[in-house]
Amino acid sequence: MTVYAAPGDPGSVVTYRSRYENFIGGEWTPPVKGQYFENPTPVTGRPFTEVARGTADDIELALDAAHGAAPGWGRTSPADRAAVLLKIADVIERNLEPLAVAETWDNGKPVRETLAADLPLAVDHFRYFAAAVRAQEGSLAELDEETVAYHFHEPLGVVGQIIPWNFPILMATWKLAPALAAGNAVVLKPAEQTPASILKVIELIADLVPAGVVNIVNGFGVEAGKPLASSPRVAKVAFTGETTTGRLIMQYASQNIRPVTLELGGKSPNIFLEDVARARDEFYDKTLEGFTMFALNQGEVCTCPSRALIQDSIYDRFMADALERTRAVTQGNPLDTATMVGAQASNDQLEKILSYIDIGRQEGARVLTGGGQAHLGGDLAGGYYIQPTIFEGENRMRIFQEEIFGPVVSVTRFADLADAVKIANDTLYGLGAGVWTRDLHAAYYLGRAIQAGRVWTNCYHLYPAHAAFGGYKQSGIGRENHKMMLDHYQQTKNLLVSYSPRKLGFF
Amino acid sequence: MDSVSRVAATGKAADLLRRLSGEHGPLMFHQSGGCCDGSSPMCYLLGEFVTGPSDVLLGSLAIPGILDPVPVWMSAAQFEYWRYTHLTIDVVPGRGGGFSLEAPLGVRFLIRSRLLTDQELGELEERYLKPS
Repeated sequence: MTVYAAPGDPGSVVTYRSRYENFIGGEWTPPVKGQYFENPTPVTGRPFTEVARGTADDIELALDAAHGAAPGWGRTSPADRAAVLLKIADVIERNLEPLAVAETWDNGKPVRETLAADLPLAVDHFRYFAAAVRAQEGSLAELDEETVAYHFHEPLGVVGQIIPWNFPILMATWKLAPALAAGNAVVLKPAEQTPASILKVIELIADLVPAGVVNIVNGFGVEAGKPLASSPRVAKVAFTGETTTGRLIMQYASQNIRPVTLELGGKSPNIFLEDVARARDEFYDKTLEGFTMFALNQGEVCTCPSRALIQDSIYDRFMADALERTRAVTQGNPLDTATMVGAQASNDQLEKILSYIDIGRQEGARVLTGGGQAHLGGDLAGGYYIQPTIFEGENRMRIFQEEIFGPVVSVTRFADLADAVKIANDTLYGLGAGVWTRDLHAAYYLGRAIQAGRVWTNCYHLYPAHAAFGGYKQSGIGRENHKMMLDHYQQTKNLLVSYSPRKLGFF
Repeated sequence: MDSVSRVAATGKAADLLRRLSGEHGPLMFHQSGGCCDGSSPMCYLLGEFVTGPSDVLLGSLAIPGILDPVPVWMSAAQFEYWRYTHLTIDVVPGRGGGFSLEAPLGVRFLIRSRLLTDQELGELEERYLKPS
């Protein structure tokens, strides 16, 4: 067990500078208007650095740099681009521990997760797309013996990416790796809640990427995100966030006739069939961990298994065990490797979760455990902590229908497979789902019947590269984490070539 | 103004709306769903967010000191789950929230909810909720 020193304190493995500018054209660039905003750590609620408050002027500078760099970068060979991605992966891997601590400080999540998941996944993601672009091939179709259609992949050019705050470095990686592999230049706006950790990555990789290929502009959504999303100078916008902003970005895209990829959240069902409790064995233990996954990353995951559906016949027994497992969760200092649940990412996030716990109670849902703010003492007193909370209720309730984005799960029962499918699909979203069973046929039936982009079967919250991730219904458009994401960052060029000397005969 | 409504604003939210409308002009809300900054009301310049048949107008906030009432919208699909609740727009210290106008001021609009009484619900359900 280790408790990491806070960044900047004596003995810390990482230090933030007191101020960060934008990163444009390979240079740290002060914001045009000269304004900065304070960035607090959710761990204590106190500011630890200040960050450029970028505006439309800074977005234009970044777009200038990106347009300057895009043609050259787009002409490099896949081998050269893959080599850059592999170097990025190596340098992140060599600095995994400081970056993990930096991420925890910026976001509030426990360091055991950043060490074991966020950063190793980011490393692997760059390597995956380095490999994917090397292995990518165009195609040719022999239309007849003298006519051939060639299909080439070409980069889009300059793309805009807007990053969420729940996995700041990993979500930036999910978007950067395929875009860079495909040969695009990027203007990226981090979330204003977590603007700093990605800049620690940039410090390390600044010399590895040609100037202007990666540009980072920080700032508020309305001041920096909107000018980026609505700019006619970007060939595509990628966004992870929520539905209203997603719709707004589609509106801007429609004005410019541009493609978008959107990942807009979910209300993922986690389904436990009666056979899981047939034996109290290793697998049963795994299913209980699967239930408790609602608290991973403080529930701040688009695929948080925030609805648990338990089969009637095992409901009481299973819930007794699930409660015991949830009560055993250790909440505390996110810099302590023993901590399982850390701080919510911001004060308004904390307030929003509390407002949902309130409406849940009003709607008649029963709190089985948790149900309030966790008041931790000492330095953590000013941080944003919520107790892992289990509600028991019905699927029509708002706490079963809206993404709370906190460590809150709403539990209900189902009678049979058809009932499970009906409840699981009674949602506006379709991003993730979980199915737990020892019955192969039931697993396959549910997996195919649930309207969600990913159905974890006898597992949950795994995010390996090479497994497509994205939503059905209102959860968005596009698939990340997979080589098919290269297509989302590429144009298709068709050369239709005739090798025949003979005219067609029309004229 | 109708005696029964689906939406209201706290005094603090009204103060903030007066400030924002003074700086930007007429305003609107659209309630967001989904992750990250979702499940929160987004405040835009009136007309910035295009509403249509897939949206429901919950009501318009008449804020003293603001000429134009502030319409509050929600997607119709989301409304199906929300129709039994009354929403009060409040404001808390916070950071960020999509492209919502208040975020640079270090505050965030927030929804507080209560269940509508049977009597309120009866009156509201009788009125036809026009989609646009």
